[in-house]
Amino acid sequence: MNLDPLNFLGQTLALLLLAPLLSGCIKNWKAKLQNRRGPRPWQVYFDIAKFLRKDMVISEHASWVFSFAPYVVFLTALLAGLMVPMISAPAPLRLFGGVLAVVGLLALGRFFLALGGLDPASTFGGMGSSREMTISAIAEPAMMLAIFTVAITAGSTDLSQIAQSTQSATWKLLNPAHVLAFAALFVVLLAETGRIPVDNPATHLELTMIHEAMLLEYSGRYLAFMEWGASIKQLVLMTLLVNVFFPLGLAGPQASVAALGISLAAYLAKLLALSAVVVVVETTNAKMRLFRVPDLLSTAFVLAALALLSTFLFQ
Amino acid sequence: MSVHDTLLNRLKRGCETMAYPKGPAPALPDRHGGALKVEAAKCDAGCSACVTVCPTEAIARPSGKSVALDLGRCIFCAECVKVCPSKAITQTSDHRMAVRRREDLVLGDTGKEQVRLAQALDKKLRRLFGRSLKLRQVSAAGCNACEADTNVLGTIGWDLGRFGIQFVASPRHADGLLITGPVSKNMELALKKTYIALPEPRIVIALGACAIAGGPFIGHQQHHNGASGLVPVDLFIPGCPPHPLTILDGLLRLLDRLGEASERR
Amino acid sequence: MMESSAILLTFALWAYVAGMAGALVLQRAERLANVIGFGLAALGGVCGVIFSVSSLAAGRAMTIAPVTLWSGPIPAVRLVVEADALSCFFVLIVSLVGLAISVFSLGYARTYYGRKNVGVLAGVFNALLLVTTLVFIAGNLWMFLIAWELMALLAYAMVSFEHEDRETRQAGVLYFIMSHLDAACILLGFLMLTQAAGDFSFASLRGIGAKLSPQQRDAAFMLFVIGFGIKAGAVPLHIWLPVAHPVAPSNISALMSGVLIKTGIYGLARVCFEFLGPPPMWWGATLLTAGTVSAVLGVLYALMEHDLKRLLAYHSIENIGIILMGLGAALMFLHTGHAVLASLALIAGLYHTINHAVFKALLFLGAGAVLHATHTRNMEEMGGLAKRMRWTSLFFLVGAVAISALPPLNGFVSEWLTYQSLLQGFGTTTSLVRLMFPLGGAMLALTGALAAACFVKAFGITFLAQPRSEHARNAHEASLPMLVGQGILTAACIILGLFPTAFLKLLDPLTQQLTGHQLSQQLTVANGLVLSGATAQGGTVSTLGITLMFVCLLPVPLALWAVFARRTRTRIAPTWDCGQRGLTPQMEYTATGFSKPLRMIFKALFRPRREVQREYDFSPYFATTLRFESHMEEVFQSRIYRPVNLWLLRLSRRLRALQAGSLQAYLIYVFITLVALLLFAS
Repeated sequence: MNLDPLNFLGQTLALLLLAPLLSGCIKNWKAKLQNRRGPRPWQVYFDIAKFLRKDMVISEHASWVFSFAPYVVFLTALLAGLMVPMISAPAPLRLFGGVLAVVGLLALGRFFLALGGLDPASTFGGMGSSREMTISAIAEPAMMLAIFTVAITAGSTDLSQIAQSTQSATWKLLNPAHVLAFAALFVVLLAETGRIPVDNPATHLELTMIHEAMLLEYSGRYLAFMEWGASIKQLVLMTLLVNVFFPLGLAGPQASVAALGISLAAYLAKLLALSAVVVVVETTNAKMRLFRVPDLLSTAFVLAALALLSTFLFQ
Repeated sequence: MSVHDTLLNRLKRGCETMAYPKGPAPALPDRHGGALKVEAAKCDAGCSACVTVCPTEAIARPSGKSVALDLGRCIFCAECVKVCPSKAITQTSDHRMAVRRREDLVLGDTGKEQVRLAQALDKKLRRLFGRSLKLRQVSAAGCNACEADTNVLGTIGWDLGRFGIQFVASPRHADGLLITGPVSKNMELALKKTYIALPEPRIVIALGACAIAGGPFIGHQQHHNGASGLVPVDLFIPGCPPHPLTILDGLLRLLDRLGEASERR
Repeated sequence: MMESSAILLTFALWAYVAGMAGALVLQRAERLANVIGFGLAALGGVCGVIFSVSSLAAGRAMTIAPVTLWSGPIPAVRLVVEADALSCFFVLIVSLVGLAISVFSLGYARTYYGRKNVGVLAGVFNALLLVTTLVFIAGNLWMFLIAWELMALLAYAMVSFEHEDRETRQAGVLYFIMSHLDAACILLGFLMLTQAAGDFSFASLRGIGAKLSPQQRDAAFMLFVIGFGIKAGAVPLHIWLPVAHPVAPSNISALMSGVLIKTGIYGLARVCFEFLGPPPMWWGATLLTAGTVSAVLGVLYALMEHDLKRLLAYHSIENIGIILMGLGAALMFLHTGHAVLASLALIAGLYHTINHAVFKALLFLGAGAVLHATHTRNMEEMGGLAKRMRWTSLFFLVGAVAISALPPLNGFVSEWLTYQSLLQGFGTTTSLVRLMFPLGGAMLALTGALAAACFVKAFGITFLAQPRSEHARNAHEASLPMLVGQGILTAACIILGLFPTAFLKLLDPLTQQLTGHQLSQQLTVANGLVLSGATAQGGTVSTLGITLMFVCLLPVPLALWAVFARRTRTRIAPTWDCGQRGLTPQMEYTATGFSKPLRMIFKALFRPRREVQREYDFSPYFATTLRFESHMEEVFQSRIYRPVNLWLLRLSRRLRALQAGSLQAYLIYVFITLVALLLFAS
């Protein structure tokens, strides 16, 4: 069983520490594009630290599911992250699951998040759960089709294998199937991480909330785990996008320290570039009405289907 | 405007947030005279011109005692300043007015000519909230001017978010209440329930003359004369409405983010 | 060894017979009938499980060679049983699920004391288990068809158990009619095969498809698909399923959804992989398409239900669709000559069969416990049961996570295997057909996500939040036998989920028999910890590993708690209601409301109609009564079945002209028929 403890610990720490920073960066850049200074990128650390230290208030109607959900959300996001190659191509838990397990684990987290929204008998929570499950259901076919396209080209659902196979032939980066699948997955990323135009992460209006609505009853450390878990999930999905579609600089197995350093720098650069695109999309678009979101996700599905067709045409 | 135009426009405009508190505070508008200063020693004997002219009965001069101006009830109309023959009450153009204790707002006695500015929270709370304070706003039947001026703090010029202070959608996510309005009987339950919904440790900020002491609605049977009787208040920010600068100063002072710990009166 | 297996199986069958006889004889003594009937059924179940697991583990293709149970006066009429690997697998399913349901019924039957005949319930239950096992071990056509018909009749009897209700009676009749339609199709199909073989035994039917002409084979295939499809509940032959399963007593619903519809899968597997010979591409493609359509439509209709048992019935349709996708893919791979991939797809389909049997039965038993406690099937009147029925809610949650194909439970494993076979299928052919595989995979993903949404709704509305009715408020936990029954199936879900590599060894003789390959070695990596997709460098997954990693990573949040949050306290307070007077159960989200966004998105399919009526005294803004009605178009009934019904009625009305009532006319008919037969025979 080749489970490298250093890789495991390192990636766990990276996931835990990098996720809030990424959320903070996105918030900060959005603010800058709105011509204001905005909170510092490391503000999210302070928020999480504060929530961890605060008391909790729990609804009298909530059951054990309410208390169980934050741990599930946090741990599934972390586990999924350990299956995605970040700095070195073989992800620590590559043997335990590939892209299907990542999608499954994130779905498990979402399942309990939605249950946690329904548990306190709050109407807002129910609405958030209903919308969240609807949007994720509509996003799944597009995501799976795009993933299938990429997996078919690489011959495996193991993410490290997919990354390495794309790395071996650099022309593949501009393969039409590749580009279309990336576009489809980018739209799915916006949907899954609750960004404009699907959901507004900064809204205070409950009728416009999706993700936030399910968290309205959480406080203290449960809220910290939920928020942290959500930012880790965002990091995992973005890492999936950058390292699977553009694995430039990704270190191979048994890489030297220098190669790992280059990989880390490349990874951070790609991550920041993708965040910049997300920030631009968020700034220049308005949030869509809930019943217009399926149109957006159908577009993603069509893009993924086109990617699949390209594989068929060009193979 | 297309995406391209939007982005170019934004990038051209650059950062429009003010430098304060790392730079000088913006000037108060002409009509706003700032905090009041009451030097009871200058008062003429037997004169109570200011008492009769104050619309909210904020000034009292019991016989034999010195004049006392309750800045918490003051709506800053400055009539008392105009009418005072001996210039005992003057305007200071100082925007700083937030206090921790209600009695610090009563001006007049020697040593209490001006407000005793708010001290920061105790060390434990400062460590908790110093870099991240989330507030839940309760608008308790006021005229909305205080809410409007609080809202201004979220605009790009002021940008409250850069201090880690944020208004949140759920009281469960909040660390403190920001109460405006005189708290009508209708809003009593809502205010109490919001307070109960906040997880400890929590703070309460009373903003504006109405929230502190009832403002122009003082004594009305349908109001509770402010929030002090219903919830324990940690910060009082007088004004009608308080200037955004006053509010910001009060919040930052509470969190000890102003860097002038020595400047207290 | 072979003798001991035969002894075990015989003992199991006799236990069922004894249970049936005992329960029927002791009808008057309710408690005794209950204990004897269901106790013996449980005993039979245990023996059946031991028999099938040991037979499959021994790895032999044929455990019990064909044995003639009874020979009639006519030489062709004989009842033969045999148990090969496929039979043993399905006997495992019926025994395991039967065992759990029997234990559950020991407690559940108490609700019928004094109301209905518990002896009949227990007796017919035993009989049902007996004939279903006989269907799986049938060795010739007579045994198969007789057992099949008996199964249909007994199931009809059980569906109509609470026949005082008009809805139940109608459901029973519909079930009866559809069962006979499927028996007719199956009979016709088998007759075509046995005509070519000249013998009714299954042994002689193996590979008989080679002797038939292609048109005959295709016709037989279509007949079998329709016949077994009706039984399994594939779209568009499914209309009886959501009608019949909810009205039966909950333990019977569990048996029907868990086991009886699997007889359709058994039939299809037996016929397509053993009897009909090498399949053309369109056979597999048809099954794959039918499976995909069933899966998607099943779950979409399930989402719109607020009757808990109807929701579960529609999910059975969805899961049958997933099983059919696996079987269809296997047939397509057999056509293109990729036997290893065919084995993988077959394994995926059959693994999902047992998984579905286990978690669907679990969910139905949970629904039964809830129904027993709240006296309603309507989810809109439930709520808050997680605090009042702790164990039932926990078991139901495990079932919900399993059916939503979430790691690390069994639904995820079988769907993972299905995805792997679909993924690798893309490279098996160069024709356009290969696009079906990724598209099927995308639709499978949609199904999984919709199923998760549906079970968030089902579990959330039923068990979480506040109780929405007096009954729900006074609900009490189920009795011990009911909890043990659910517990057995929960344990099975967890074991099937965490130890797939061990279970795959049991499927080896099966795939060896049907496709000629044994895959368990290829699919197991790292000493059985990890499941692989049968290709080098292919994907791997380890549910056990994921669970272990969960446990390993648990110290992270615990450490954070210890460092930061040790001195914090937790306070219980009312749910945040924006400062209002308090949240009432009416303010909670409803099941109908929960699925509204999906109803709107798929309104082309559902064609929802909604009607709101309000009564008011002085202003329409202050209504005194508000009535909300929402309908969906039952597409299959209105567009397929009703027109066919009407056409049949019209045709029969025309034919009624023949029944003139005159003796002369009838004599002429007889004469014409005789002449025609003589001409045909010559």
